[in-house]
Amino acid sequence: MVGFVVVSHSHNLAESVVELTRMMADGVPIIGAGGLEDGSFGTSFDKISRAIDKIYSEDGIIILVDMGSAVMTAEMVIESMADRTIKIADCPLVEGAIAGTIDSISGLSINEILDNLTEIGSIKKL
Amino acid sequence: MVNQEQVLKIIRKMITVIREQKDFLSDLDNVIGDGDHGINMARGFDEIEKKIPALEGKDIGTVIKTAGMALVSKVGGASGPLYGTAFMKAGGVLAGKSQIDIYDFCNALQSAIDGVMLRGKSTTGEKTMLDAMVPAYQAIKREMEESNDAKKAMEAGVAAAKEGVEYTKKIIATKGRASYLGERSIGHQDPGATSFTILLEAIASMI
Repeated sequence: MVGFVVVSHSHNLAESVVELTRMMADGVPIIGAGGLEDGSFGTSFDKISRAIDKIYSEDGIIILVDMGSAVMTAEMVIESMADRTIKIADCPLVEGAIAGTIDSISGLSINEILDNLTEIGSIKKL
Repeated sequence: MVNQEQVLKIIRKMITVIREQKDFLSDLDNVIGDGDHGINMARGFDEIEKKIPALEGKDIGTVIKTAGMALVSKVGGASGPLYGTAFMKAGGVLAGKSQIDIYDFCNALQSAIDGVMLRGKSTTGEKTMLDAMVPAYQAIKREMEESNDAKKAMEAGVAAAKEGVEYTKKIIATKGRASYLGERSIGHQDPGATSFTILLEAIASMI
């Protein structure tokens, strides 16, 4: 099953996004990597690396990001793990987490899920 | 020529100036960003300081690369990946060298600029560190062609970086958190361009 790492500047925001996905896709490997080691705001290379180590499988990992440095830090982690299948999804954080985990529990591959997640950003709420 | 020992001295100098300017950098960032640039940079350079004992006797490329990795792993804001990439790219150019000259420095700076542009998907004129880095690089190269004097070239680089910081006051931020402010970002200097200038000045003061 494809796993997810939620990268946010805020520890609480990342944990809450993880919590929210349990509503519809309980059992998908998903883990938060929010904030810095000391709990302050920011994105941590070490924290994201550890999160990936914890849930990595051959099916791959999708990283969901909030904004700004989350993207750059995640990119650098991916470059440091060149032999693994890890991708960043280009989508809104909350919607992407819900839709992605449902796709994952339904057995979709990492590329199928990424394609679906790319579409989500273009769906308007109103 | 600058040898490995002098490079470590320059790095210690960088650590000192970043600590001295920590509050100033955070204050700048408070106005148009999230107010943590000084704290983040200081956290990163504290980590570099921890790595220094293990770097005695290592080639200059390894020293600079290790500094970059420390920044990536500890800084926490956008400056972590950006400065981290800059140092790691520069370290790649200087790999295996036990002494470097101004041309090596230019090549390393060029590679650092390319790395920052790629990492940040950015270019000059977007109110970022690149608005200090690129003019500084150009000024150093120009002065070397004219006078072939490394000290003068570094001074020209610092002067150009400072002009770059002034230029960032006049333009709208289109990258990073400050871009959400749009026109309200005008009138304020970019913290990243400022910290680069502070670091370049620290290097120049040791040449």
